[in-house]
Amino acid sequence: MKDLGAYRPLDYFQLMEVSLRELLVEKGVVTEDAIKGAMATMRARGPERGAAMVARAWLDPAYKARMVANGSQAAEELGFEVPGLKLIVVENTPKAHNVVVCTLCSCYPRMLLGIPPEWYKSRPYRSRVVREPRKVLGEFGLKVPAKVRIRVHDSNADMRYMVLPMRPAGTDGWSEERLASLVTRDSLIGVAVPVLPKKPKTRKS
Amino acid sequence: MPDARFRPGDAVRVRKSAPLGHIRTPFYIRGHSGVVERVCGAFPNPEELAQQRDGLPAQPLYRVRFRQQDVWPDYRGSAADVIEVEIFQQWIE
Repeated sequence: MKDLGAYRPLDYFQLMEVSLRELLVEKGVVTEDAIKGAMATMRARGPERGAAMVARAWLDPAYKARMVANGSQAAEELGFEVPGLKLIVVENTPKAHNVVVCTLCSCYPRMLLGIPPEWYKSRPYRSRVVREPRKVLGEFGLKVPAKVRIRVHDSNADMRYMVLPMRPAGTDGWSEERLASLVTRDSLIGVAVPVLPKKPKTRKS
Repeated sequence: MPDARFRPGDAVRVRKSAPLGHIRTPFYIRGHSGVVERVCGAFPNPEELAQQRDGLPAQPLYRVRFRQQDVWPDYRGSAADVIEVEIFQQWIE
């Protein structure tokens, strides 16, 4: 039988969430089905929209310029509805690498990237990446050369951020869809960069 | 809305102050000097919103760029490294 772990009672905030949800349902403000539906939509959303924007920007310099000037409009241009989102797109270059954090809570462009990873919301990431970004990026497996400036963006108020990574070498002639497949969630936060899939090693006999 | 008093490139300093309440100016950046990177527009004041008020007039919001070596005396990394933080106008002096 599968080990389900020890029984753990709800903590303070879980209990508050359940109480509030049940009250809202009882009073007819929302229905259980509506909540389940919204959660399913949210869970199903990944970083595909952000990745599609990046792939388009790699292929179309005019789109890239519009995206850097106004991220929200650039999202809408591809048909992504982002009501209320104030998106700033920060561009990686050979001279500058960008990484995003929200030190005060966990602000994140969910409409484009989906639900943030647990580590993005964790205290160690939020407190450390602002003061020792090179070390933290190293722990993610990303070594940023000393001559490349690191720009840390604290998403602490009303704006939301997405990194526009650099297009990897060796992708000439690739389709937009294929390019988008290289753009991971972590590369849109700035703790990774897109890399080509490793070719399977051929065994020498 | 109050006019944006600062423009990109202006040198600014974040107030060093610790009032109570919901404040979106991180502690680590209070008292530090930087340069306005861009003006983001105006947004309802979060300190008022948290008190169930309307947050109006909307306050200009800036992105301010700080040198990491200025913010953290023991910073290990390039002198060119920066941190960019959103600061409401009422926090700038």
